[in-house]
Amino acid sequence: MSDTVTLGVERIPLARRDWFVRALQLGVILFFIGAWEGLGRAGVLDPFYYSRPSLFLPRIAEWFAPGSTAGDIWLDIRVTLTETVLGFVIGTLLGLIVGYAFARNRLLGLAFDPLLSMFNAIPRLVLAPVFILAFGIDLASKVALGVTLVFFIVFFATFAAVRDVDQTLVDNVRILGARRRDVTFEVLLPAAFSAIVASLRTSAGFAFAGAVVAEYIGSNAGLGRRIATAEAFFDSTGVFGGIVLIALLALLLDSLLQLAEGRSSRWKPRRER
Amino acid sequence: MPPSITLRGVSKVYRPPKKPPYLAIDGVDLDVDQGRFVSVVGPSGCGKSTILALVAGLITATSGTITIRDDPVRAVRTDVGFLFQRDALLPWRTVRENVSLALRFRGLGRREIADRVDPWLARVRLAPFADNFPHELSGGMRKRAQLAQSLVVDPSVLLMDEPFSALDVQTRNLMENELLELWGASGKTVLFITHDLEEAIALSDELVVMTAGPGRIKARYPVPLPRPRNVSEVRFAPGFVSLYERAWSDLRDEVLRSYERSLRSAS
Ligand SMILES: Nc1ncnc2c1ncn2[C@@H]1O[C@H](COP(=O)(O)OP(=O)(O)OP(=O)(O)O)[C@@H](O)[C@H]1O
Ligand SMILES: [Mg+2]
Repeated sequence: MSDTVTLGVERIPLARRDWFVRALQLGVILFFIGAWEGLGRAGVLDPFYYSRPSLFLPRIAEWFAPGSTAGDIWLDIRVTLTETVLGFVIGTLLGLIVGYAFARNRLLGLAFDPLLSMFNAIPRLVLAPVFILAFGIDLASKVALGVTLVFFIVFFATFAAVRDVDQTLVDNVRILGARRRDVTFEVLLPAAFSAIVASLRTSAGFAFAGAVVAEYIGSNAGLGRRIATAEAFFDSTGVFGGIVLIALLALLLDSLLQLAEGRSSRWKPRRER
Repeated sequence: MPPSITLRGVSKVYRPPKKPPYLAIDGVDLDVDQGRFVSVVGPSGCGKSTILALVAGLITATSGTITIRDDPVRAVRTDVGFLFQRDALLPWRTVRENVSLALRFRGLGRREIADRVDPWLARVRLAPFADNFPHELSGGMRKRAQLAQSLVVDPSVLLMDEPFSALDVQTRNLMENELLELWGASGKTVLFITHDLEEAIALSDELVVMTAGPGRIKARYPVPLPRPRNVSEVRFAPGFVSLYERAWSDLRDEVLRSYERSLRSAS
């Protein structure tokens, strides 16, 4: 008899086999597209309203073809992304600054609490027409809507993180010699950043949605504009083409942020798989 | 030896919002001579942590005076080392960065910091884990990192608030021995809080027993055990048991009183 212990070949559950999960996910998507196409061809889903993958997928390809009659698709994408990024960055910075200030200054927080709660209670999308009237039909109104959406997410995340920061951490660094500024940069802001990073994907999604919705309501360019134009011509294929393109872009944006999130949270405890 | 830490008639009243004020400690007098290792035991809630926070200047006394090396405590003291019961390492900083903090706050340069941090990482056997984050360490390793973090600036006073109570018994004995070794010939004054009488006797030169809240000093005992000590053996030393029994009879009364009071306030 040898002393070595032979471990049984570990059975890996299906949910942990990467290739299997991927294949399953692809299968679900293909099934969905196939069902849409099939139901459309069988006349169950009227293509006039619901279009069909075999109609809008070529349409998207057509948009990207040089010399497309529907206007420059790259311009639309660039416009929407610019609005998204600006709304996201400005909203995040404002949320961070105001959230930090309110958490650090009790009186300030108390004074503004009812007003902010009121603003937060407004469904932000109804502000889109207001912003278009106030800031015009171009970039500014789209960014403004994105900012109002992103601001509150980041504001609440920062406020809660700074207010509820572990007092032991603060006491410890103070005894180690931290001045006020050190406490801010070593303890409070990192605590806030980790909350913000956790809400990064949500707030970026909101900035994107804000831009598209505001474009849809009134603009000269952008993916939202493209959908609104198609709708005006009862062109459901154009509408769905735009929607699918937006979904793909959102997905891309989200996976980029997921990457950034993973990189910036190496210090966080994670359950080993 | 001149006293390193003195408390004279120190009381602390907490005034929580929307609750009645609470007298946590009442007229505490305490001298800790330089280079001595003094432990404070008492029932839960008797004000042990309060005393330590007062000495470190984290909170201010309602009355009485506190001095560290003849210097009245008025603000947070950065010339002491403080070991918290709870994890106090910055979770977003690596072990090396955590141990470097006090030196960075003092404005030292990169090279100087490395020159002083590296020996400490080696001394607490964390050199191989220098670039790990706290969550990647065991509880004992985190405690050692905290020891290095507070000792890297060589404070002459070390305040410890139940630093090892979250550890399992074996790790705890190892840490206690390591602490004694680090403290050994350092000449540092240690004020050590614990609710574990055995730990208190095994480590200290002197034992202070507190009353149930509001905390007062009930009794003080010198610990006549020879050094160097091994905490897992010293409990079999002659003198340990008799001291334990005397101190325990004091402590037991207070623990019972504190327990009865908690029952009464619960009903
Ligand atoms: N910030 C505070 N506000 C109000 N009461 C407090 C505050 N901090 C402590 N107390 C009260 O003061 C008393 C002493 O607290 P302290 O933390 O010093 O006790 P302790 O002896 O360290 O207890 P333990 O052994 O459980 O750690 C307790 O009754 C506690 O409820
Ligand atoms: Mg305590």
